[in-house]
Amino acid sequence: MSTTRFQAIGLATGAIGPVDITIGASECLGLSAPSGAGKTRLLRAMADLDAHHGECRLDGVAAVDMPAPEWRRRVAFLAAESAWWADTPRPHFERDCAPLLDALDLSISLLDQPIERLSSGQKQRLALARTLALTPDVLLLDEPTANLDDRNIERVERLVGDYLSNRRACCIWVSHDRAQRERVASSQCQLDSTGQPIEASCN
Amino acid sequence: MQLISLSFFDLALAAIAVLALAATTAAMKLGVTRTLLVAAVRTAAQLALVGLILEAVFAQERLLWVALMAFVMLLLAGREAASRQKRRFTGGYGFLAGTASMFLSSFVTAVATLVIVIRVEPWYTPQYAIPLLGMLLGNTMTGIALAIDRLTQEVWRGANVVETRLALGASASQAIADMRRDAMRAGLIPMLNAMAAAGIISLPGMMTGQILAGSPPWEAVKYQILIMFLIAAGTGFGTLLAVELGTRRLFDERHRLRLDRLRRV
Repeated sequence: MSTTRFQAIGLATGAIGPVDITIGASECLGLSAPSGAGKTRLLRAMADLDAHHGECRLDGVAAVDMPAPEWRRRVAFLAAESAWWADTPRPHFERDCAPLLDALDLSISLLDQPIERLSSGQKQRLALARTLALTPDVLLLDEPTANLDDRNIERVERLVGDYLSNRRACCIWVSHDRAQRERVASSQCQLDSTGQPIEASCN
Repeated sequence: MQLISLSFFDLALAAIAVLALAATTAAMKLGVTRTLLVAAVRTAAQLALVGLILEAVFAQERLLWVALMAFVMLLLAGREAASRQKRRFTGGYGFLAGTASMFLSSFVTAVATLVIVIRVEPWYTPQYAIPLLGMLLGNTMTGIALAIDRLTQEVWRGANVVETRLALGASASQAIADMRRDAMRAGLIPMLNAMAAAGIISLPGMMTGQILAGSPPWEAVKYQILIMFLIAAGTGFGTLLAVELGTRRLFDERHRLRLDRLRRV
């Protein structure tokens, strides 16, 4: 299995950054910053959803050197707020997602419930399953447990941790919760309120 | 059969009906009186002006004048289509895309019809060319304006859905496919309804005018069918093209949604 390495080199978007980040296989970086400092925009820039300066590389290959859809399938941004285009969750899943749903304590029957009848916690976990089902190499998780109770937070943390070690993937985990960041991440990066990294490098 | 010429007095009689309506809406405080009167005056003034121009163009029968008139009609239609948008593309792109789409679909359809179907000599004979193009432009304009308006509104409201699909590895055209389909349908519905209702629920305006002006009904019907088919093709291809151009503008080469290219009016 290849060794995944994700790098952001001089990555800046708007007034945020520049930020330098390197994450190796099976590693997770905890990212934190005051509200409105631009954590989400930084993740969006990494997924190439927003125009930005600097570049990101996956196993040494720059984003611009592969088609944008392929980059985003491999470097997957999971937004804090999930969005759905069909009436029920099922059409959002192309592949078998039963093990993922199981690990997140979601019943298969939820797949045929109208989206508007699902709780925000169910939607958040379904959105994580939807992203993981595409087997990305890099996870960019924006507050992935914001709407969850303690037991589901634990399930999400365990699922992501297993995913990272089994697939040798890497992850950036944005969270306001310091204890969570220390649980899930092997290294930390902090931005100040103007979007500048507090240490010279976030490595 | 022969044409009974209308006098200005006859038109004044018809205007009394509009004035009566204006008086009624004013008495009921419906707030449309002013708009109604302005619209009525605009109709009379615009048509009178066009009448004068048409008389001159018909008398000349020169390609230059026909082309000039067609070009002015195109620009006005483009402006009208752009002004109906609630969210406009920045930098006049909406006007350009709409006008280019109308030009390609309407002009190609009109010229092809004149040369291949009607086979009038010369092909730019204003009596055929101008009304044909006017019909096509008017309908294509409505279709394009509705479709682009729907597209931009849907994308604006559904930006999080589009970006979620992009984040899951969809291409720009996959991410916007549903919205593009809705926009196409919105643009084509008036034309589809008109075709379905023609003759049963409504007598189309052109046919009515021709019959009133003395044409045998069967001749008027044949022209009406021709016009309906042309409008369907012209509107359809024009809308298709405009939606395609609009969709392209909403994304950049890295398949990013570019809402900064839209502005609220």
